[in-house]
Amino acid sequence: MERNDDFAHRRRHLADLTEDNLERRFWLLAEKLVDPLLELARAHTTPSIERSVLLRMGFSSLEAAAIVAGTLDHDLISKGAGHVVYKVASTTGLSIRDAGRALAENRLWDEAKAAFPRT
Amino acid sequence: MKHADVPDGIAKLDIKAILKGLEHYRPRRRGWTWRTGGDKRHRAGPFEYHETTDPMNTGTPLPAAAYFGEIDPQPQPVITTEIASGRFEDDIRRMRMAAWHGADHLMVIRTAGQSHIDGLLEGTPQGVGGVPITRKQIRAQRKALDMIEDELERPLNYHSYISGVAGPEIAVLFAEEGVNGAHQDPQYNVLYRNVNMVRSFVDAAEAKKIIAWAGIAQIDGAHNANATAREAWKVMPELIVQHAINCMYSVKAGVKKQNICLSTVPPTAPPAPALRIDLPYAVALRELFRGYRMRAQQNTKYMTSSAREATVTHTLNLLISKLTSADIQSTITPDEGRNVPWHIYNVEGTDTAKQAFLGMDGLKKLVQLRRYESPMKDTVRELKERAVLFLEEILDSGGYFKAVEKGFFVDSGLYPARNGDGIARQLHGGVSADTVYERDPDYMAPVTAHFGYNNLAQYGQDAIADPSSLIDGCTFERPEKIVYIDELDPDDNVHTRLAQTAELRDSTLLKPEMEWQGDGIVLLTLFLPTDRRTAAVAAVEMGTRMGLEEVEVIHTEVMHPAEGTRVEIKGRFNQVIDTSTLEIPPEEKVLSREEIWDEIRERPMRLVAATVGEDEHSVGLREIIDIKHGGLEAFGIQVEYLGTSVPLEKLVDAAIETNADGILASTIISHYDVHYKHMRKLHQLCVEKGIRDRIVLLAGGTQVSPELAREQGVDRGFGRGTKGIHVATFLVEKRREISGSA
Repeated sequence: MERNDDFAHRRRHLADLTEDNLERRFWLLAEKLVDPLLELARAHTTPSIERSVLLRMGFSSLEAAAIVAGTLDHDLISKGAGHVVYKVASTTGLSIRDAGRALAENRLWDEAKAAFPRT
Repeated sequence: MKHADVPDGIAKLDIKAILKGLEHYRPRRRGWTWRTGGDKRHRAGPFEYHETTDPMNTGTPLPAAAYFGEIDPQPQPVITTEIASGRFEDDIRRMRMAAWHGADHLMVIRTAGQSHIDGLLEGTPQGVGGVPITRKQIRAQRKALDMIEDELERPLNYHSYISGVAGPEIAVLFAEEGVNGAHQDPQYNVLYRNVNMVRSFVDAAEAKKIIAWAGIAQIDGAHNANATAREAWKVMPELIVQHAINCMYSVKAGVKKQNICLSTVPPTAPPAPALRIDLPYAVALRELFRGYRMRAQQNTKYMTSSAREATVTHTLNLLISKLTSADIQSTITPDEGRNVPWHIYNVEGTDTAKQAFLGMDGLKKLVQLRRYESPMKDTVRELKERAVLFLEEILDSGGYFKAVEKGFFVDSGLYPARNGDGIARQLHGGVSADTVYERDPDYMAPVTAHFGYNNLAQYGQDAIADPSSLIDGCTFERPEKIVYIDELDPDDNVHTRLAQTAELRDSTLLKPEMEWQGDGIVLLTLFLPTDRRTAAVAAVEMGTRMGLEEVEVIHTEVMHPAEGTRVEIKGRFNQVIDTSTLEIPPEEKVLSREEIWDEIRERPMRLVAATVGEDEHSVGLREIIDIKHGGLEAFGIQVEYLGTSVPLEKLVDAAIETNADGILASTIISHYDVHYKHMRKLHQLCVEKGIRDRIVLLAGGTQVSPELAREQGVDRGFGRGTKGIHVATFLVEKRREISGSA
């Protein structure tokens, strides 16, 4: 889009605002702008977020990458990759670490799917 | 290997020792540290400073500190240096050099292309224009900085980038490894790295939540709009908007305002009337963003290959920081316009900031901004209004994503003017498009510092209060759970690189370097009395004939279109010097100026001086004597100067007549060793007249060797490079010796 500088015209509704009110308006608009973005972030996840969860659970970057790839292959990322590991550990009696390593080695995915039955 | 001039207790960093035991190394703290003592006045040498912080335990003062007792006051802002050689083992040495000069924010640039790698890298592969950020690499650098902190007794902040498509993972890595500062701004990914915008914002919320937990200081990416836009000073309203988006997003993700830093750049540079444009902008920004921190970056948009010009622009940037505020003062190396920065320019950039701030200590108590008078009043207001209008139009157009699709950002028109040259991105376009997944109602993540919906309730009330209790603590509470990977690539790693330069690393072998150990790079400045194009080609030929390899012109500047050109070339000097074969004379000790002054005041000293024989040279002797050259008179020593071509007999008679403590004979002409013959005769005359045992005889000249002079019977000879203080020191010490033996 090309447009000439129509600032003088466009600013008329701001002209009478005090400096304080102008600044307040600036921050209200900024908040209004980011709120839907934050809502989107709250309700969604990504492979990187899930790998970051697995790192915090004590997996290496290589293991985390393999497990998240598995959750994508098996349509389980919406449950949370850490959740998948946690559930597989609970149902199999393995430690978190061993359950995750098995998943990273492409084992126990049937157990994983069974742990999250689709309604 | 200890070298002649290294003070006791200081050795080179041992890279191998840093790498040893790295798998068990834990950082000593998390989070950002500001300088302390900024609220107090500090004394240093003869001065009181109003705006400095606690001094360092050691360090390298500015060159001119030699005049003030080697003082090294530390200004208030944290000072950043950006390091990017591509080899972390060489960067470590550069960090130490910069830290000794006063940089306490060591920012490591990432290798080109890491933004698009969907996951973490491991090991120590070499990078391009930066290092690949890996666990091993940052752990080694953090460990090295911990060692440097101990020698300086100052906390050092370590910093890199949480951007690209692996942001959340890198944030975890940084939190675990004690990285103290990070760039994080989803807009940067979208606009400049073409990362899908939905992915970028969803990832950013998680990264910011982790940043908040770790107390990491966050820096945004807004300044890139300035560096990218065609007419950079016109993007000021947009810069304000970009800052606001990242600030508000961060606050809502949990980051404290005082850990959110705006990366702000004075938008323009001379010959533009820079301050008139940059200063009101800086004021508007600081008013709108009260409570946030200012990371003052320096202008890169209008940098050329002239390091001098860059330094002046950066000094003006520092003036703006001083007249407004800067919590973190970033520095750009003045060679960034010509190559990947070199060691020496990281130090130069750091020193420029330190020097300018010290020189402007207390400035705001002397001058005041005319904030509420035109033109400042109008310009500040106008910038704020333009930013508000920009935000209004984003919302009217359907929100942030729609605005990006329409190319709102990095348009070179001064908003609301639009030039139609903005960067447009598509909702389903870019790297890692359509990789965002909706969380199911039973979605769960059993870790600390996780952003967004997390159905912990399904596992009990305790899990809500402490999610990682489900797994007996995550790495944030139990760092022993961190899995350390050493190397993945058997060839591209630090061990191979160290082996290649092993002969230079702990030996007496020496090669010049600018970036990497043993790179052999040297810089040469030439003036060639010809036009620019001829000069450039001729300079390469000259460099090659000097024995340099891969000679390149890195800067030319016309002195006059016909009269001549300044050329700077770089090239490789591919030879190794063994310093053990060099004869390095011990450094001459000098007394302090105060000690000499005090002694002369207590016991005055009188000399007679002349150029002897048939010799009309006077410049050298006058420099040794004159007060304005820091010569003997500056120490209170009285010198009777008899002139040039003075017969030796006349000089000795004058000494007797004035009861002088010493004779200063200058002899420049040296054919047939006439200068040494004069010295011998001077000595003999004094013996004949019976004054030799109570008079000090000194001879000086460009061809004088101190050893040969002594052989002729004078007390001391002074050659090329002698300063007044050398002569004064000798005189004082010799007189003490004579009095002692008398």
